[in-house]
Amino acid sequence: MARELLKGNEAIAEAAIRAGLDAYYGYPITPQNEVLEWMSKRMPELGRAYVQAEAELGAINMVYGAACTGARVMTSSSSPGISLMMEGLSYIAGTEVPMVLVNVMRGGPGLGNIAPSQGDYNQICKGGGHGDYHPIVLAPANIQEAVDMMPLAFDLAEKYLTICCVLLDGSLGQMMEPAELPEMKPYPHPFNQPWAVNGAIGRERRILTSIYLEPLEEEQVNLRLLKRWEEIKKNEIRYKEYYLDDADYVVIGFGSAGRIALSAVRAARAKGIKVGLFRPVSVAPFPYARVEELCKKTQAFLVTEMNSGQMLDDIRLAVRNRVPTRFYGRLGGVMPFADEILAEIEAMVKNPPKAEEDAAQAWLQRALAAVQD
Amino acid sequence: MATLVTPENLVYARTRGLTDMVEHYCPGCTHGVAHRLVAEVLEEMGVLDRTIGVAPVGCSVFAYNYLNCDFVEAAHGRAPAMATGIKRVLPDRIVFTYQGDGDMASIGMGEIVHAAARGENLTVIFINNAIYGMTGGQMAPTSLPGMKTSSSPTGRDVESQGFPIRMSEMLCTLEGAGYVVRRSLHDPANIRKSKKAIRTAFEVQKNGLGFSMVELLSTCPTGWSQTPVASLGWLEEHMIPAFPLGDYKISGPVAALKI
Repeated sequence: MARELLKGNEAIAEAAIRAGLDAYYGYPITPQNEVLEWMSKRMPELGRAYVQAEAELGAINMVYGAACTGARVMTSSSSPGISLMMEGLSYIAGTEVPMVLVNVMRGGPGLGNIAPSQGDYNQICKGGGHGDYHPIVLAPANIQEAVDMMPLAFDLAEKYLTICCVLLDGSLGQMMEPAELPEMKPYPHPFNQPWAVNGAIGRERRILTSIYLEPLEEEQVNLRLLKRWEEIKKNEIRYKEYYLDDADYVVIGFGSAGRIALSAVRAARAKGIKVGLFRPVSVAPFPYARVEELCKKTQAFLVTEMNSGQMLDDIRLAVRNRVPTRFYGRLGGVMPFADEILAEIEAMVKNPPKAEEDAAQAWLQRALAAVQD
Repeated sequence: MATLVTPENLVYARTRGLTDMVEHYCPGCTHGVAHRLVAEVLEEMGVLDRTIGVAPVGCSVFAYNYLNCDFVEAAHGRAPAMATGIKRVLPDRIVFTYQGDGDMASIGMGEIVHAAARGENLTVIFINNAIYGMTGGQMAPTSLPGMKTSSSPTGRDVESQGFPIRMSEMLCTLEGAGYVVRRSLHDPANIRKSKKAIRTAFEVQKNGLGFSMVELLSTCPTGWSQTPVASLGWLEEHMIPAFPLGDYKISGPVAALKI
């Protein structure tokens, strides 16, 4: 296949189709509308299932139904729509059926705006819906990475009978850049998973449910989910590293923030600062162990996000005050410029924070002081 | 005992559409009747092994324990959406939801209206007993004006608590609906009519003629604080005038259907 100039949302949609998507159910919301629009054209012409639902609530429950049949199914939405889907996501997690969720984050809280944000990291990475469960969350930083993630997301969801979320922001959904799409997977493919509810032809009937009235039984279900999560933590940690071999300082950011930080790291390198970039790709499960390793040879970390430091909490779990850490965040749909992050790198090198300093608090005080000026 | 039953003298047998499990419903509740009718129809049509049921939240949350086919359990009110998701990927299967009035006409209003509007090839069995049974007898969207429930202790005050919703009348206006009827389970004659309607509804789906729903007026002796026998009389006396029995939508192709 050749590289083409592709829009993020459309590339994601087509990559999912080529990965063998059986059904897409969604609802319009900016900045992910192009996923739904692409599906509305392509899925019917390929003879596959597509419904524009009456709301995200309907969409996620259609996904739930199709997931129970063992079909490859996905939906996509953006922040307020993802909030509406949380009920269904919890049921899907509790029923242990696979699905892929694309979350193109925008500024919030509330109706917020339609600009790129990473403000929903905690919502999706820490579960979101009610009950003890963990979705797998993958965060691409460019369109090629997002395209490559779609087949992977389905494979992981089906392997671990779980939700796999591809977490990006409005800028990645809306931008165009060259990327290569995968080959079309042979279709149709049988979906005859040994757990699926698809009509009891020649077999015992099956029931898929998330209700376990007996608490001892529900506890066993919870333990089974956690055991599977342990397997995921063992096998599915993913991250990217740039210029880390000789780095004294490490910038950490995921998705678009990580991508912008890479430009800042290159600019800092040009100025002679030995700095590298660590970009978590699986943000759930989070690469805690690798961050711990990086502590051994790093003088200071700069964590940068398009939120108030939600991933920073995960970094702090790994760093545990052993290495000075500085934080830089932009909120509400504002993306940082590479120059801003470069200035933060320089500030970190010039005035390293104390190891025990609360990075989020220190950043917030700086941010609030800037507002007052 | 077994030797007493021979093919020659067998006049009734338990339908294969029901499992052997003892139902959890209260004495006098008509859920058991509705279950049996659905089970008999699915068995008679020979589709049990390719039927997928979608159970609701409410008293019939465990319908899947009793009806002998593949089943999923939906979130409260979302059964029509879940059924849509299933039917669209498995169009040759028979897919039905079994929902109560709180599940459908309150929390699930959006899902049911849009499933009907899209003309989803689903069958909906709608149990209307004018009360929330499972949570302890609270006011339902179909509770009658003045009806005492645990959340309308002095009677449903329409000034502050609104009026009952008539689902069949509402859904029959949608072009996607092929077959929408209301029946009652309060006496044997009406039970027979209910079964016939359930059969028609599943035939509508089998023939791809759009959304089909059978609303079944039902009793809740526990929630209504009445004996089983008195509740049957109460249904006839109070519910039928508020929810008239009848055929609300029979589309042209459905009318031409030979069963």
